[in-house]
Amino acid sequence: MKGPRDKQMSIEAVIDSLEDGMTIGIGGWGPRRKPMALVRALYRSDLEDLTLVSWGGADVGLLSRAGKVRKLVYAFVSLDSVPLEPNFQRARQTGSIPEVVELDEGMFNAGLQAAAQRLPFLPMRAGLGSDVLVNNPSIQTVTSPYDEGFGHEELVAVPALKLDVALVHLNRADAHGNATYLGPDPYFDDLFCMAADRAYLSCEQVVDTAGLTYETPVQRLLLNRMMVTGVVETPHGAHFTTCTPDYERDEPFQRAYAKAASGTDEDWQAFHDRFLAGDEASYQAAVQAFAEENQR
Amino acid sequence: MTEPSTITRADVCAAAIADAFADDGEIFASPMGLLPMLGVRLARLTSNPDLVLSDGEALFLAGVPPLFAKADKVEGWIPFRKVFDVVAYGKRHVMMGATQIDAHGNQNISAIGDFSQPTRQLLGSRGAPGNTVNNRTSYWVPRHSPRVFVEAVDIVSGVGPQRAEQAGPAASRFNDIHRVVSNLAVFDVTGPDHTLRLLSVHPGVTVPEVREASGCGFHVEGSDADVPTTREPSMEELVIIREVLDPQGLRFKEVPRPEKEQQ
Repeated sequence: MKGPRDKQMSIEAVIDSLEDGMTIGIGGWGPRRKPMALVRALYRSDLEDLTLVSWGGADVGLLSRAGKVRKLVYAFVSLDSVPLEPNFQRARQTGSIPEVVELDEGMFNAGLQAAAQRLPFLPMRAGLGSDVLVNNPSIQTVTSPYDEGFGHEELVAVPALKLDVALVHLNRADAHGNATYLGPDPYFDDLFCMAADRAYLSCEQVVDTAGLTYETPVQRLLLNRMMVTGVVETPHGAHFTTCTPDYERDEPFQRAYAKAASGTDEDWQAFHDRFLAGDEASYQAAVQAFAEENQR
Repeated sequence: MTEPSTITRADVCAAAIADAFADDGEIFASPMGLLPMLGVRLARLTSNPDLVLSDGEALFLAGVPPLFAKADKVEGWIPFRKVFDVVAYGKRHVMMGATQIDAHGNQNISAIGDFSQPTRQLLGSRGAPGNTVNNRTSYWVPRHSPRVFVEAVDIVSGVGPQRAEQAGPAASRFNDIHRVVSNLAVFDVTGPDHTLRLLSVHPGVTVPEVREASGCGFHVEGSDADVPTTREPSMEELVIIREVLDPQGLRFKEVPRPEKEQQ
């Protein structure tokens, strides 16, 4: 009997399939369940002129620092316990990101929804009266054809956030691309995948399809294989962001990242050399050594 | 142990924030920051037991745990995607911070300076544009200063009533800027042309001191002497604040005790 195909691939194969100038959506939320192994590989790659669409955390910080970002679409960039992302701040304050689209969070969500539904836009109130519309003159309003007693309301026509590629990280997946989140929040990873032409899923562990619902409610199956192009097993692949319940955020490491990012060029170079210059295996080994140092 | 004579500014702020949520009924109270979290939980335990609280992550709390304690009992699921649903649904009152706020009740958490290349990049607009045209919104300012209360904010994240009106009924229908609570005073935005109006000054603070600490004007009903003093928390509230919600005194990190009490 033939079954659905095996989509497992390597981090390098994912990156090799990408091209300069692509629009890449990155799942998770701020410093939570980010596909960091794939982000680190992007950071190391030769790719350039990328458009990033992200609920921003260190993914935005790292790729900005590496000069990969031609255009950034975001509603916030934060590391939570470090409220302001230093690499993102640096990029904005030196003007190194040529095009910046700052949206309201609800607009960002609506933009993903529109793309996932193959609509050109979705109407909403968010943005009206704010400088989001002033700083993004391409975003138009639309007049309601209906009058509910308040006239024909003029609403924001939030443009679809169409993605070439989505990168997401979940707790468990099978080889075909079905996947569960085991933490408190699905975030918007299903929307990212549906808004994209291709979606790459990294996960803590690849299991049998039956294993996905073993002692796990079926409602936790967030991604279906029809939304997913490739599957990569990357244990600890969301580090240093949360991947509840597999692990929480690595706060000491995040502090070290933030310190290097807000320090001198030499500070950043040292962080880069120690953690980011090699492949994912050498990153994880360096993180392990860092943790052991910290325990002493 | 709980002596009214030792009422601190932080206690007064907590009660003032609780008062901002007293008449909200059964809605989702979303506090951003430590004192707002304390004030909202205080309201839930006193003036408004119907308030719906979350852990700030993905759970609705059935109980009212102390600040930063783990949820003991859960009554619902509120992941980020559902927060956006509730914003549009309207049954929500958010109290946000404000890096800048102006006389017209516009708020900035996006960036300082010119948006194209700011002198200081902040968080980004987050949900402020959507909050302010969908559900009741208040602001908390732990350090009242002329750098926070400005003539005009550099970037409008949260939309004040005048700008909402100019943007049309779709923006103004649900625009509801309710209170601005700072470490010195309480305001609303019912001054002339929807400007800041001073509702009360905290015990020990004078109206000229508030003026001195503000980089923008605000409306005063009558003369300075007519401005009421913010109420002091009741004995019951003090016990809840000090012995139930914040026994560790985390609130003093945001609103420090006066010098003399530290001696």
